[in-house]
Amino acid sequence: MRTINTKEICDCVTRLFLKAGLRFTPSCLAALQNAEQTETGAAKFALSALLENEKIAQREQMPVCQDTGMSVVLLEIGQDVFLTGAPLTQAVNEGVRRAYEEGNFRKSICDPLTRVNTADNTPAHLHVEIAEGDRISVVCLPKGFGSENMSKLFMLTPAQGEEGILNAIVQTVNAAGSRPCPPVYVGVGIGGAFDSCAYLAKKALTREVGSSHPREDVAKIEREALKRINETGIGAQGFGGKTTAIGVSCEVAPTHIAGLPVAVNIQCHCVRCEKEIL
Amino acid sequence: MKHFDLPLSEQDLALLRAGDCVTLSGTIYTARDCAHKRLISLLNENKPLPVPQGALIYYAGPCPAPAGKACGSCGPTTSARMNSFAPRLLDEGIGGMIGKGEMSEETRQAIIRNGKIYFAAIGGAGATYSNAIIKSECVAFPDLLSEAVYRMQVKDFPVVVAYDRSGGSVYRD
Repeated sequence: MRTINTKEICDCVTRLFLKAGLRFTPSCLAALQNAEQTETGAAKFALSALLENEKIAQREQMPVCQDTGMSVVLLEIGQDVFLTGAPLTQAVNEGVRRAYEEGNFRKSICDPLTRVNTADNTPAHLHVEIAEGDRISVVCLPKGFGSENMSKLFMLTPAQGEEGILNAIVQTVNAAGSRPCPPVYVGVGIGGAFDSCAYLAKKALTREVGSSHPREDVAKIEREALKRINETGIGAQGFGGKTTAIGVSCEVAPTHIAGLPVAVNIQCHCVRCEKEIL
Repeated sequence: MKHFDLPLSEQDLALLRAGDCVTLSGTIYTARDCAHKRLISLLNENKPLPVPQGALIYYAGPCPAPAGKACGSCGPTTSARMNSFAPRLLDEGIGGMIGKGEMSEETRQAIIRNGKIYFAAIGGAGATYSNAIIKSECVAFPDLLSEAVYRMQVKDFPVVVAYDRSGGSVYRD
């Protein structure tokens, strides 16, 4: 048994969001640099501007994008950990509150009906899983909503199979067009149920851009979806070219014999995601 | 890259073509979802708008300004969410918009019929745009926080002409 005060989680959440808001993940940066080399015209202009923008954000310590997002926090808590201190949710929210204040991040969370802003970006969008061992994995993902708005959930039939999955992915990216700040990063959930499928898609976005799923049949879907997306011609910022997406990551979970849920969670080109193990 | 001062003249508007990468200097006004609802309410009540005739509306909600800067990170938000408001505002005399991504056919027709323009700023380039904003002040709806209307002085603000007054578009059809 290992005792961890939730204050440590709170500090970690603050640290990770302050870091995430100012930079692309290294794998996202590499993918965008690669795209900038191959594109021409307005698409190249846009990609160069985005790479330069990230340098400015780093140099001047300011958010790379003004949409500092909904604060997604994924925790995997080892079952041999004993938590002390403030309640976990409260500690995570305090971590978010401090990061968004200290970092001059935009507070973007509001009531869905009155639209009144909570003014501190809380509550965090917190997911907790219980794992083996005595460590805590903390993943912080500031998720912009221009891209979140373009995401979709499909309840396919088993008969639609792999082709149905590919169609769902490509159709979602195609319908989003220029609106979610392409080139996008596409997180896909395959299987599970209505709710867990969408969570899988979000989790897929925490993987490195360009990584492959360990299952070859899943990795094949990732490769084929990316190829088809990049044939749509939407391009960076919708200005055309071959780079509409920088990656597709799929996560799978067992589902019911009657169904094939597919969730497509769109992430803009600004992949911001930081991780730490406590 | 060509440079233009705001407000744009009739001659400028006639010259600008979809796909042109240009820079802008002058005054622009931010407004996004909630502010647009209120702008339309003002029009319905025959009250004056906080955005003057001929001015560009920038679809944006900035981050707070850090010490020593006029404005925090401030890139464009998705323009398509303003499709239900844009044609009316164009008909009422705003000079055009700056945002990101495709807008509806109805909005595009309103651009053409009013001889205005829609610029795409580079979505995600928040830090770059912060440096192009030299002054920012809230002029309406301060309770909306980042969604309020800010009057901004911009200098060498980089944009791409998305829809021009002749019906040209930078996006695929």
